[in-house]
Amino acid sequence: MADTQIQRGWGQGLLKGLSVTLRTMLRPAVTVQYPHVKPTLPARTRGVIALKEANCTVCYKCARECPDWCIYIDAHKEAHEPASGGRARSAKILDRFAIDYSLCMYCGICVEVCPFDALFWSPEFEYAEYDITEMIHERERLEEWTYTVLPPPALEDGAEPPEDSKAEVAS
Amino acid sequence: MIGAVAVLAQSAVDDFTSNFWLSLLIKTVAVLGFFLVVPLVVGYMEHKVLAHMQARLGPMEAGVFHGWAQLVADGVKFIQKEDVVPAAADRSVFSLAPAVAMIPYIVTLVVLPLGASVWALDLDVGVFFVLAMSSVGVLGVLMAGWSSANKFSLIGALRAAAQLIAYELPLVLATAAVVMQAASMSLVDISEAQWQYWFVLTQPIGFVIFMIAAVAELTRPPFDMPVADSEIIFGAYTEYTGLKFAFFLLAEYGGIVVMSGVAAVLYLGGYQPLRGLEMIPGPLWMMGKIFALSFVIIWLRATFPRLREDQLQRFAWIGLTPLALLQILVVAVVKVAVK
Repeated sequence: MADTQIQRGWGQGLLKGLSVTLRTMLRPAVTVQYPHVKPTLPARTRGVIALKEANCTVCYKCARECPDWCIYIDAHKEAHEPASGGRARSAKILDRFAIDYSLCMYCGICVEVCPFDALFWSPEFEYAEYDITEMIHERERLEEWTYTVLPPPALEDGAEPPEDSKAEVAS
Repeated sequence: MIGAVAVLAQSAVDDFTSNFWLSLLIKTVAVLGFFLVVPLVVGYMEHKVLAHMQARLGPMEAGVFHGWAQLVADGVKFIQKEDVVPAAADRSVFSLAPAVAMIPYIVTLVVLPLGASVWALDLDVGVFFVLAMSSVGVLGVLMAGWSSANKFSLIGALRAAAQLIAYELPLVLATAAVVMQAASMSLVDISEAQWQYWFVLTQPIGFVIFMIAAVAELTRPPFDMPVADSEIIFGAYTEYTGLKFAFFLLAEYGGIVVMSGVAAVLYLGGYQPLRGLEMIPGPLWMMGKIFALSFVIIWLRATFPRLREDQLQRFAWIGLTPLALLQILVVAVVKVAVK
């Protein structure tokens, strides 16, 4: 234990401290001047959740798993007769899909549970509003966010190829 | 720029030497202008230096170019604030305290020589005057702490007083050694006495003692227990708002300028240039030295954590005072031996 202690002369620590602050001053600052300069965010940033509606099967999994119940889904069933005959097939048609970002806690469980990759994380974060009711993003707005989703980061060298090649980002 | 203004003021004074009142007016305006501008520049420097030492940028928005107008904006903000006086406070003392804290530093500037002929007043007892005045400032802090009717203010004020008593001694002793070597107490004569070499070469220990004691007397970090915002809110200034608070801040930065100026005169030759660089005028040298020493004071703040109250007292009485006495002894022996 004793040899881990570095022996120092009197005042050496003080000088060391001064040199650290001086060197930091001479290096460029790390600050990003945010409103003037947009930050470059990594691909998996949890900014806002985007909905690719074409992938949604209205299974309600996201709404049920949501810890604070901020996803609203309305749908109705439509039955249509196949042209070839046979029994009528029913399909669920999405009427409303909305996420209330004033409730959302950005846990990402909805993105995780979605079985058909209809939900994605987008790094966009500038959607503050003056009125809290404006924080409910309806399906059109959620669809807009899909255009801002970044491609997933490249795999590391030697990593296994992804199992599900369908996990491609809508763009 | 300040130097140029001072030079202009001095030449104007020379033109009207016969008119006492006019020269008095010009000198007063020049000293007040110096006090209102240079501390703000040092304050801005503190913002920027401190920020960059923490890998930040500091103020960037006010005044478009690198936030140069930040302190102007702060001043405007202070003027707009409500002037709150606590109900239990001693109103007259409470209101007088900021002035008592600030005025000594303005008065001290009068005897500070900026150039070979640029000064407002060459007092025979310049050094004595400076030290006496800089001690009056703490009276304002004591008044503020006592009249605020706040326990944090009182603790802060008493800490400030204890600190002043502890550090005034090494400060005076270190200065005494310089006065002995220069054989004068006039700040102009002390500057002139360093035409050959600066006193920092003969009294490096004295210089270090003076700077440490000056930082302690200004209650700047690492000796800022009297304000210690994490323990006693803001010490004696806890109850102050608006312009009165701004006056205390101005006194602090004015104090940095004055103490840097005095240290520059005592140890760094004042307006004396380095050999070979005589083409740069004296006032620029003096201002450069003031800003360099102010930078060191800011640098210390960025680097060192606050000492404990008892460590501070120990350091002054057991460390600095004997060293300062030793410095006097050395100077005295050398002076007698050389004679």
